[in-house]
Amino acid sequence: MTITEAPRIVTSRLEHEDSHTLERYLATGGYEGLRKALSMSPEDVAHEVDAVSLLGRGGAGFPAGRKWSMLRKAATTYLVVNGDESEPATFKDHLLVERDPHQLIEGVLIAAYAIQATRAFIYVRGEFALGLERVQSALNDAYEHGAVGRDIFGSGFSIDVVVHPGAGAYICGEETALLESLEGKRGFPRIKPPYFPAAIGLYGEPTVVNNVETLSNLPWVMINGSEAFTALGGGRSTGTRLFALAGHVRNPGVYEVEMVKTTFRDLVFAPVLGGGIPGDRELKAIIPGGVSAPWFGPEHLDLPLGQDEVGEAGSMLGSGSIVVMDDTTCVVRAAWRITRFFWRESCGQCTPCREGSGWLEKILRRIEDGDGREADVDLLMDVCDNLAPGVSWPPQQTTICVLGSSIPSSIASAIRMFRDEFLVHVKDGGCPYG
Amino acid sequence: MSSAPGSGHLSADIVTRARELIGLYPHPRSALIPICHLAQEQDGWLSPEAIDEIAALVGLTPAEVLGTASFYEMLHTEPVGTYVISVCTNIACMLRGAYELLDHIQDTLDVRAGATTADGMFTLEEAECIADCGRAPCLAVNHRFVGDVTPQSFDSLVDGLRAGTMSDDIPRHGTLVRVRRQGGLRVDDATIRAERETAAAKATGGA
Repeated sequence: MTITEAPRIVTSRLEHEDSHTLERYLATGGYEGLRKALSMSPEDVAHEVDAVSLLGRGGAGFPAGRKWSMLRKAATTYLVVNGDESEPATFKDHLLVERDPHQLIEGVLIAAYAIQATRAFIYVRGEFALGLERVQSALNDAYEHGAVGRDIFGSGFSIDVVVHPGAGAYICGEETALLESLEGKRGFPRIKPPYFPAAIGLYGEPTVVNNVETLSNLPWVMINGSEAFTALGGGRSTGTRLFALAGHVRNPGVYEVEMVKTTFRDLVFAPVLGGGIPGDRELKAIIPGGVSAPWFGPEHLDLPLGQDEVGEAGSMLGSGSIVVMDDTTCVVRAAWRITRFFWRESCGQCTPCREGSGWLEKILRRIEDGDGREADVDLLMDVCDNLAPGVSWPPQQTTICVLGSSIPSSIASAIRMFRDEFLVHVKDGGCPYG
Repeated sequence: MSSAPGSGHLSADIVTRARELIGLYPHPRSALIPICHLAQEQDGWLSPEAIDEIAALVGLTPAEVLGTASFYEMLHTEPVGTYVISVCTNIACMLRGAYELLDHIQDTLDVRAGATTADGMFTLEEAECIADCGRAPCLAVNHRFVGDVTPQSFDSLVDGLRAGTMSDDIPRHGTLVRVRRQGGLRVDDATIRAERETAAAKATGGA
């Protein structure tokens, strides 16, 4: 087995039932990273994070340090935490906000100090009722402890942090939609350019938006240093990463593993991780990186879990979700369900996404129901081509945000890998899987 | 606007909490969605009376409040049952039997997804991924997560809800019903501005 000896960076406390409490947090080195950061200059903290190549853990994988360095200088700047985890089959940030909220808050404070933010907002997915309770309660305790608020630990650095709930909209994970939502509006992604909220963000002010897991790494980085972090992983993919493993595996769950040195095969089959496929059935396909990602087949199992490695193989690590589908899975049904999701969650601003998602859902539905036509397979690809011209990877974009161009991924994967199955549905007038 | 803040539909406690929320943001409108959650604690949904009062609180028109709220899945613009059951059928749950579970639930409660039982007890929703896929198939009742659901465990859950023995685990509506911030902002803008200017001067001074 090639599971490495890498330390657990963001899940080190989870063996403790009370991992969410201040008491446990302080007993396990809590807020020491913040104390260290506050003893350094903000620039040095930012350099330290830039040096570790901390790729964003939300989906796009943009280096956190670089994002910070792009912040336009202004009297008012904001730090916003993206905790609106909604990519289907992604459930790692959910774990972090419920089980280690202080680690997130400490990460927020380190980042806020580095960029000298004037206020920080933690946007938590509205459905995470317990997560919201835990983060707010941890924040109350952190204020009490002197870790947040005025003159933190006597450092002369002050900041307020606000916990903000979403209200159920996948699109609000898109950072400009999230900012609209935080301003109390519909979650419509903003027109680009500007490409980065670092130029024009919340209320038009320069804003850094970072993911929950990304920020949760910061306390460890501060305490252990950038060299300890970059010693883990490989290439640009340094450190560890959380993978949310779901679908046809014996042990679905969230696993923290070392990047690059761990493979898809390790994650799915290692007894201490996924534990293999129930009933020892055959693997049919894997959805790496969330349902926006193109699928992989069994031939990709030995691919390392690294951002560039997976990117070069034609997909992405994206949100850190991995869905396993065994040989009993109907790929038409799988593609239909994913497309139905995009159709329901399209914000409706752009025609290709709003209309295309609905057409694709209807065509897939009729194939699955046995009412498909032979020409439907090409028709699906044609509509996909309207959403993302060329249906290639990474996709060409015809819409304000990447939701639209993500829709073809599952459909094109299913058709390219299993075209015959679509034709069987049409010929037999129904789903062969019942 | 037909109602003023504190005109009586929303309870005094909710209006107080709403005002505290408004104080946390540079612009009152940012508190709109959190306040909608508070209003749903009381009514389960956003009644026209509540919308009028929320509009007055944050300085918007009722149409702007409704226009924003209707974008969001969790904000209900029609009445809902005592318990909103959101059954995830997205890919991870589908692969582990979510649609078969949904069939069972629809039969058991005698209601289709999207509707409320005749006794007003349950509103059933077919939900998108609720991020509890390690325990698929899963569902949420008033946004409290229940995982590894089987037809049998669902039936016991419903029995418990009907008997009223689960209120500790599953409270009433409102995702913020147990969320309380202790105190408002602690740092005024002038202090922040002075601190940041000092830090910037140090940095450019080559310290």
